[in-house]
Amino acid sequence: MFGLDKKDKSLLAIVAILTLLAPFILNPFPTDSAMAQFNAGYPDLMQRFVIFGIFAVGFNILFGLTGYLSFGHAAFLGVGSYSAVWMFKLLSYNIIPAIILAVIIAGLFSLLIGFVSLRRSGIYFSILTLAFAQMSFALAYSVLSNPKFNLTNGETGLQVYNDDPQILQGANAPDLPHLFGLSMRSTYTMEIGPWAFDFNAGYYVCAVIMMVAFYLAIRIFRSPFGMMLRAVKSNQQRMNYTGLNTRPYTLAAFVISGMYAGLAGGLMAAMDPLAGAERMQWTASGEVVLMTILGGAGTLIGPVLGAGFIKYFENIFSKINDNVLHGWFAFLPDGLEDFVVTIIHPFVGKGWHLTLGLMFMMVVIFLPGGLVEGGQRLAAWVRGKRNKGKDKTTGKTEPAE
Amino acid sequence: MTKSDVTRRGVLKSGAVAGAGVALPTIFTASSAAAYTNEPTGGSVTLGFNVPQTGPYADEGNDELLAQQLAVEHLNGEGDSGCLNTFTSKALKGNGILGKKVEFVTGDTQTKSDAARASAKSMIEKDGAIMINGGSSSGVAVAVQGLCQEAGVIFMAGLTHANDTTGKDKKANGFRHFFNAYMSGAALAPVLAAEMGKERRAYHLTADYNWGWTQEESIVASTEAMGWETVNTVKTPLASTDFSSYIAPVLNSGADVLVLNHYGGNMVNSLTNAIQFGLLDKVVNNKDFKIVVPLYSELMAAGAGENIKGVLGSMNWNWQLQDEGTKAFVKSFGEKYGKPPSNSAQTCYAQVLLYADACERAGTFNPCGVAEALEGFEFDGLGNGKTLYRADDHQCFKDVLVVRGALNPTNAYDTLEIVEVTPVEQVTYAPDHPMFAGGDLGKCNPGA
Repeated sequence: MFGLDKKDKSLLAIVAILTLLAPFILNPFPTDSAMAQFNAGYPDLMQRFVIFGIFAVGFNILFGLTGYLSFGHAAFLGVGSYSAVWMFKLLSYNIIPAIILAVIIAGLFSLLIGFVSLRRSGIYFSILTLAFAQMSFALAYSVLSNPKFNLTNGETGLQVYNDDPQILQGANAPDLPHLFGLSMRSTYTMEIGPWAFDFNAGYYVCAVIMMVAFYLAIRIFRSPFGMMLRAVKSNQQRMNYTGLNTRPYTLAAFVISGMYAGLAGGLMAAMDPLAGAERMQWTASGEVVLMTILGGAGTLIGPVLGAGFIKYFENIFSKINDNVLHGWFAFLPDGLEDFVVTIIHPFVGKGWHLTLGLMFMMVVIFLPGGLVEGGQRLAAWVRGKRNKGKDKTTGKTEPAE
Repeated sequence: MTKSDVTRRGVLKSGAVAGAGVALPTIFTASSAAAYTNEPTGGSVTLGFNVPQTGPYADEGNDELLAQQLAVEHLNGEGDSGCLNTFTSKALKGNGILGKKVEFVTGDTQTKSDAARASAKSMIEKDGAIMINGGSSSGVAVAVQGLCQEAGVIFMAGLTHANDTTGKDKKANGFRHFFNAYMSGAALAPVLAAEMGKERRAYHLTADYNWGWTQEESIVASTEAMGWETVNTVKTPLASTDFSSYIAPVLNSGADVLVLNHYGGNMVNSLTNAIQFGLLDKVVNNKDFKIVVPLYSELMAAGAGENIKGVLGSMNWNWQLQDEGTKAFVKSFGEKYGKPPSNSAQTCYAQVLLYADACERAGTFNPCGVAEALEGFEFDGLGNGKTLYRADDHQCFKDVLVVRGALNPTNAYDTLEIVEVTPVEQVTYAPDHPMFAGGDLGKCNPGA
């Protein structure tokens, strides 16, 4: 089925199970317990997990396979968001045309930037993409938002107003992004005892799209085209000497990953109909690089893990403030409590960047292959231990016949 | 012998059992009965404080957070009750809101629209916040206001000065206590005319984004109305840190006033550059050269240090005001944190109390009821004197301060002196004023 071998099939199955059961997996703690702070199973964050998963999977097609490090992928994400919001403004709140246009426009835009940037490789390529992305950011932030020609609405972000045309918007259609009438915000909350699990329509739309995107990525990884991209990574010069022109391959990879970014951007706008210029800034481009490296560049599931990891830190750790800390350590004597809170304070709340930075350093130093390598080592260790145990038991119990 | 291997069959079996358990319909309790988003059901109510804790406006944000915490204490009947004693509406009893204890969650806007919306969404979806307050930039305010409208909670804006917040981007669920660029222009113009004369040639340097443009538009309109001439308006990129190349042309332009439509670090840098070029010592057209900074804040004044001496600007509020509300607030803030509050802190404090009071008067947390209670509400005793929350655009109308960088500051906080308290009549405008046209409040949205 699906043209996958057994290993890839189980990988796809794992991703499918993880995404479909995310509302349970991410909300392990009862709602009113102190640990509820660490629950991540609310719609907005779950959507972010899968959307940035798509973004990172796409980025990995370029970076993981060809080794071309783009520092400008956020530009495609932003372009996708802007196109999607324009579709909301002009046509209707249905997300299908918005997402389709987002992918197409991001594809064209990445064709343009890729065509120019791919004339160079290595650090020069990175700098070129970075320059293009910063140019796009500046354009979106101020140049294209002047009152005479307002394409992006600048600092405020592009959003839908009541007096926008929306020519296809039906009279009864929800006043929010929807899929043929199913609002992306509609959430069913299931309460089991002290637990509460949110099932959000928007999240499941994103999750299904991510599974399709992930499947496509597997197929690309396993195809002859993917093999060619790996060859570009290992020795591009040799390929050139054999008379092979690599640029069409790299350009195709660049455009594909740009379209993935556009898809992610379109989905972001579909979940929350506002496109801000900041999502095109270089920090956003750097974030996807971090996600990919943290998870494991060149692996299939790594970028998804990395995306989840970073978004979790950004949204959960950043909300632990001093009040929460004092709540946790209230059982300690006063002086000690203040001391512990002072120690932890720089690492949570607004200091979440610091914690993330430390984690990133640890991963890069001790697990160069990212979280995936960590998982593999753990699995190997468990297996090794178990095999050892097995040998012992089999040695003991096998009767000599 | 026990075998602990996980088999495929075992996983399937236990998975099926778990699935069947989860699917048992009797153990669910449906929870879609709420009348509006995040209806508080327990003994407490959660407010969301969304302020910049990192990025260029982090100082402002942290000051806002202090004031919000103070407001929560006062609402819960702790501390000295601050402005609860001076507020003309006596609905608040110091026992929380509608008898529910007030709790709060905080988030970091990073002064980015996207991050601010993500953090507000997590407060609404995860923590069950029923009101979002705070922020230190108009872009963020407009973005979060839009989100609150969609989600069905009330947004009480923090520091946001652009006309658009209650102009073309106004929303039924959003309320602004802070003044705006138009009011700055209207308040400043007469003072400028009195201090500098009616025949001046102004040169504008403007931060190249939404807020900068609306402020430039407002100041140009009000100064030209009293006879000034605008020589040139130049946009500067937001990320600039060195404005020398923008200051040099001012000298040769024949202008005798420089208007800096900059905020925060931008303003500190551009003003410092202007002073370094000796602009204030020049005599052009037989007049002393002057600099105007239309929007001031205490934190900017502290950042610019010596350079702001004598430079005119406007403010929403200042801790040196002598009305009862201001005195009560400055006293409790000062006693708790050991420094006077900034005007963004005061706005957030007032907004939290106003929200709580509106809930009490409406008898509900339902956003539609709260909005109705706030619309057209007249009050006093929170600083700024008599204030009206106008129903047409959810903008507060109150006196505006014209201030000047203190010439002889006596201490670290005495950086600004009040030149004039411009009465509210002078800064009031029609709801359909061209600078605010094009918006639509829409209908209040209770969500759920």
